[in-house]
Amino acid sequence: MKGQHRFINRRTKVVIWTVILAIVLIFVYMFGILIPDEAVAGSFLNAKLPPSWEHFFGTDALGRDLFMRTLKGLSVSMTVGIAASLIGAVIAVFVGIVAATGSQYADAFVNWIIDLVMSVPHTILIILISFAFGRGLKGLLIGIAATHWCSLARLIRGEVLQLRAEQYVAVSRKLGKSGGWVLMHHLLPHLVPQFFVGLILMFPHAILHEASISFLGFGLPPEQPAIGIILSESMRYLSTGMWWSAVLPGLVLVMIVLLVDRMGEYLRAIIDPYSAQQ
Amino acid sequence: MEQKNGTLLEIHDLSVSFRMYDYDEFRHNDIRRRLKQTDLQVISDLHLIVNPGEIVAVAGSSGSGKSLLASAILGILPDNATVRGHLHYKGEEMTAARQRQLRGTEIALVPQSVAFLDPLMKVGAQVDGHRRPRQTERRKSLFQRFGLPDKTPQLYPFQLSGGMARRVLVSTALISEAQLIIADEPTPGMSLNQALEALRLFREMADEGKAVILITHDIDLAIEFADRVAVFYAGTTVETAFASDFKSGPDALRHPYSKALWNALPQNGFLPIEGFQPYAGNLPGGCLFAPRCPYKTPQCIAEIPPIREVRGGEVRCQHEMNF
Amino acid sequence: MSLEAKNIYFRYNKKQSWILENCTLSVEKGECLAVFAPSGYGKTTLAMLLSGYLKPVEGQILLENKPLPKKGVCPVQLICQHPEKAVNPRWRMKQVLEESGTLHKDVLGAFGIERAWLDRFPRELSGGELQRFCVARALMSGADYLICDEISTMLDVITQAQIWKVVLAEAAKRNMGIVAITHNKNLAQRIATRIIDLSHSV
Repeated sequence: MKGQHRFINRRTKVVIWTVILAIVLIFVYMFGILIPDEAVAGSFLNAKLPPSWEHFFGTDALGRDLFMRTLKGLSVSMTVGIAASLIGAVIAVFVGIVAATGSQYADAFVNWIIDLVMSVPHTILIILISFAFGRGLKGLLIGIAATHWCSLARLIRGEVLQLRAEQYVAVSRKLGKSGGWVLMHHLLPHLVPQFFVGLILMFPHAILHEASISFLGFGLPPEQPAIGIILSESMRYLSTGMWWSAVLPGLVLVMIVLLVDRMGEYLRAIIDPYSAQQ
Repeated sequence: MEQKNGTLLEIHDLSVSFRMYDYDEFRHNDIRRRLKQTDLQVISDLHLIVNPGEIVAVAGSSGSGKSLLASAILGILPDNATVRGHLHYKGEEMTAARQRQLRGTEIALVPQSVAFLDPLMKVGAQVDGHRRPRQTERRKSLFQRFGLPDKTPQLYPFQLSGGMARRVLVSTALISEAQLIIADEPTPGMSLNQALEALRLFREMADEGKAVILITHDIDLAIEFADRVAVFYAGTTVETAFASDFKSGPDALRHPYSKALWNALPQNGFLPIEGFQPYAGNLPGGCLFAPRCPYKTPQCIAEIPPIREVRGGEVRCQHEMNF
Repeated sequence: MSLEAKNIYFRYNKKQSWILENCTLSVEKGECLAVFAPSGYGKTTLAMLLSGYLKPVEGQILLENKPLPKKGVCPVQLICQHPEKAVNPRWRMKQVLEESGTLHKDVLGAFGIERAWLDRFPRELSGGELQRFCVARALMSGADYLICDEISTMLDVITQAQIWKVVLAEAAKRNMGIVAITHNKNLAQRIATRIIDLSHSV
């Protein structure tokens, strides 16, 4: 056992963990999509059952299997999470580059917008934006994406400013390369790791916001089996002793969020040169 | 290890290696190679003796592991480094605990860059250290000798220019009561007069019976100000010569590499030998200089030559014909 | 046919004192001008001004009586002291060379670059080896003038001699003008056809 330990160094561990986490996440997501609608159909014969072998998470007041509903809800949440953080990250890269390479005024304007967005609590902003875009999935996506790009944009702006000051960028210009060429060949490749890590770390935020907005009733429509909806419905029956309908789906949500967060941190550990040799 | 009497620092067969991910990782798309760790030897079989009252220059090209030598003596290498061999300070074996005790008190370092200063602390307080207020007077006189402006103690490190920062760094070491100062590239960025002043201060220290290790890539500087010069090549000292040997020419030198250095100096032949210094992780089996050596024999390639004393200096070479 | 600096003044902002004051020099094609000055005389600033990386606050840099071109390949190329900062750390050396034009076989031989190095990343090469690439890159662009800012200061003397041999041979072949900025008087005397000592003029 001891001999084996020496061969599993930090980087290997990180890679193994990342792979395991990715598999779990993909599994949950695929499972949620593949579950047929009949599996989450209600039947009043089974209503309000506590957890059992037949129904892992018990059933809700309408007799729907909560395990199946949670999985389905999670895959909806993950779709929202992936789409919203992807849009957010792309906005961040675009805005960050514009701020760092554009005029002084563009930079000041972008920084002002970032301060503005960050100074308003996200939840309120998302509710307002998703209302403006007509609620539902679309409004929620836009709302989350529009509030989550700020910190990554700042990071990328800083990175680009630093890269632009590098000597090899100046040399490249003197060798007759255009600004666009430099952007494509010298700047963008350096931003790829930042982009992916930012994307993954944005993902849990997006899921949590989706759940909380839906929980408050401003997000997805109630017929959609989203986690936020499940939790908000279960609140009504919590006082009747149906603890499982809130605790178990809630725990799964927390678990998924932690998994993704860990994965993001691990990825950062691989990419970050300061921890690379440990 | 046998001890010579009265030496300040003795280093025998010192090797330093780093546990690293595979050096060639990017060339291997095979994921197993990318995850493999190997030991990369950066200093091998190094010998160095420092006597009280002398300045010893360690001269070699950048990236040959000179700065790591300083870290190894002070015991401040990163965690993934392994050190083998013997370090003796005043005849006593240096253990990790002893190194912790000695550094900052008996042994002081002049670090290579301002990054070693606390960015949030004013320069004056930083140079004084915890020895205030007694040191302040000495600091004032040092700063004055270095021609640092009166306002310098009130500045933060980021406000210093490159040359000022060097002078402050040298002051931090000179102000301590250290017996041994390890100066890692102390002069770049200083003007000629400032550099000369710094080296004069080192000389004064040495004359008081203390010692200085001057780590530098500038061989002219080493010859000019040191008593002895340890020539660094591929992570080891191939020769320790008197500085005067470099002035009197290649015949006084002992190792083919030192002779090649002499010949390549612009004031001498400006004649380079062929080839390149080998990399850590890719070192030849026998003598490290053998691949470029004009006198190499099968024996040179087969085994590492022992260190020998020749004409008062030390050399790591098999050949008799050079002497 | 010359590269001239006419009465140039430079400082980074108005609060600073002048780094360079009323500096004038010129170099002809086929000439190697060594600018000698000890540390702290604004040598690097002068190099960056001559090669167009910085603009003088007053005075002008003239190439054949015209200002330096702003776009396209600059006919005055700078080689700097720290080659590891002048190459993109994420690029293989082959890419680094190809940034300044198509790679010909004879280039490698002329600059003492080994074929195996082309697939490596900058951190896998030593300073001296990287500096060869920087020299090759600057020369491949077809430059007429080369500004060498302490290009061998960080190298050992053997590598220094190797690099300068290459630079001088190539410059002679193409009748280029060279400005070699150095603090090493012996080196200046060895390589230059003419020496300017800034420490006296200031």
